[in-house]
Amino acid sequence: MLLIYENEGEWDRMGEDDRNQSFGSHIGFANRLRAEGRFVWGDALSPSVTATCVRIENGRRSISDGPYAETREQMGGFYLIEAEDLDQALADAGDLPSRPGQIVEVRPVLDLTR
Amino acid sequence: MNTDSEVAEVFRAEYGLVLATLIRSFGDFDLAEESLQEAFSLAVRAWRAEGMPERPAAWLTTTARRKGIDRLRRDANLARKTRLLETAGWVSGDRSTTDEEVSVVTDERLRLIFTCCHPALALESQVALTLRTLGGLTSAQIARGFLTSEAAIYQRITRAKRKIRDARIPYEVPTDDSLTERVGAVLAVIYLIYNEAHSSTSGDDLNRPDLAGEAIRLAETVVSLMPDEAEAVGLLALLLLTDARRAARLDSSGELVLLEDQNRKLWDREMITRGLDLVAAVLRRRQPGPYQLQAAIAAVHAQAEAAVDTDWMQIAALYGELGHHQPSPVIALNQAVAVAMWRGPEAGLALIGPLADRLDQYRPFHVARADLLARVGRKDASATAYRQALALPGNNVEDRYLRRRLDELGGAPD
Repeated sequence: MLLIYENEGEWDRMGEDDRNQSFGSHIGFANRLRAEGRFVWGDALSPSVTATCVRIENGRRSISDGPYAETREQMGGFYLIEAEDLDQALADAGDLPSRPGQIVEVRPVLDLTR
Repeated sequence: MNTDSEVAEVFRAEYGLVLATLIRSFGDFDLAEESLQEAFSLAVRAWRAEGMPERPAAWLTTTARRKGIDRLRRDANLARKTRLLETAGWVSGDRSTTDEEVSVVTDERLRLIFTCCHPALALESQVALTLRTLGGLTSAQIARGFLTSEAAIYQRITRAKRKIRDARIPYEVPTDDSLTERVGAVLAVIYLIYNEAHSSTSGDDLNRPDLAGEAIRLAETVVSLMPDEAEAVGLLALLLLTDARRAARLDSSGELVLLEDQNRKLWDREMITRGLDLVAAVLRRRQPGPYQLQAAIAAVHAQAEAAVDTDWMQIAALYGELGHHQPSPVIALNQAVAVAMWRGPEAGLALIGPLADRLDQYRPFHVARADLLARVGRKDASATAYRQALALPGNNVEDRYLRRRLDELGGAPD
């Protein structure tokens, strides 16, 4: 799983051309992985102002506004891919269209059959 | 016949080689380690009775493999794992290790180095795991070497192994496009091991393992496995030339002796010769890098019969070159000190001044400044700088040295 974190303010400040370029490189990235048969799923998320958290508090379900972590970097999108090993996944993460401040977290999906 | 210490020596020498082969076979660090431990205890008994086998590494590998298969057979996941072993093609009974297999072992060790020094592992885990798997040190020994607790080291190693397994850190030599970077990571781990060992001289524990020596052994291994990597040769030369001065670094009462005051007769000539030969050979390749340049600086020091004979002009030039490769205020400080030795303390102070902002919390900066101020006769300013140095954390040996210098200035040591 490739989790993409970035400063949301950065995206708001980007011009139309830069955004289109960013979309374009994501499409290229996904197409390459599709061609290699390693693409499972990927999407961009709506901004974190749309986020809502659900948790158990004092034995009751409680709902609160906002993302879980109040940090400057928020998760903006993700890819679920197939990779041979960590080095291949890291190479993919390194190919992701990237601006300064963008972080790609690489995590294996837990294999419950193991 | 072979004594127990001979057996222990063989274990020590063969540990990394055999373990690497087993990890490759089993694809599992823990299983490899446990099987090897079992093979070792069998070896102690067998070799005492029958004498040392001709090829101890092959003996250990074969025995550990059998023990590993036994363990797998007892394992609850037998079916799945046996399938794995069958695919690997060696599950069918009493295969013994051939000469050919032992000769490709060096390659396995190379893979192991890259796995242990993978940048996806925390640096402290890389260090502990490298010493454990390649150096064959126990957690207790590593803990004593770094003056930390055995539990802490054990946890680092366990965490690292878990991440290698769960995040699928590959057991491979990296591909060309990331090789330089990954070799850099390996060398950084070895350098860190050496520096930690070198600077933590405060302990009086005679049982402390010789981690500095261990770092040199690791560097030798890397050079033998990747002779084309100029920086690996540079690092080995640097460690040899630095370690050659070990006997002269502390006086009989354990006080730190500065390079210029060291009794150069105590320097290890054999190590220096090896270091100088390596530096000369690697610099001819014309692929300079930070380790080679630092080794070249150490080589200039090693070639001076007495401190006054040091070729400071060359050292200042080498620090300048090093600063191009690796811009850092610490390197600029060292260059300033070399310039001070070459052209006088005033010239050094002029270069040191602009570094004050960035090095205010760096003890050697205040020490160097204090020394230069004393040399130009500004005793009060020098004493103030020594006090600033003492206010920053350092080890006891160095503290005593700084207080002594402060005393010599006639300042009150507070």
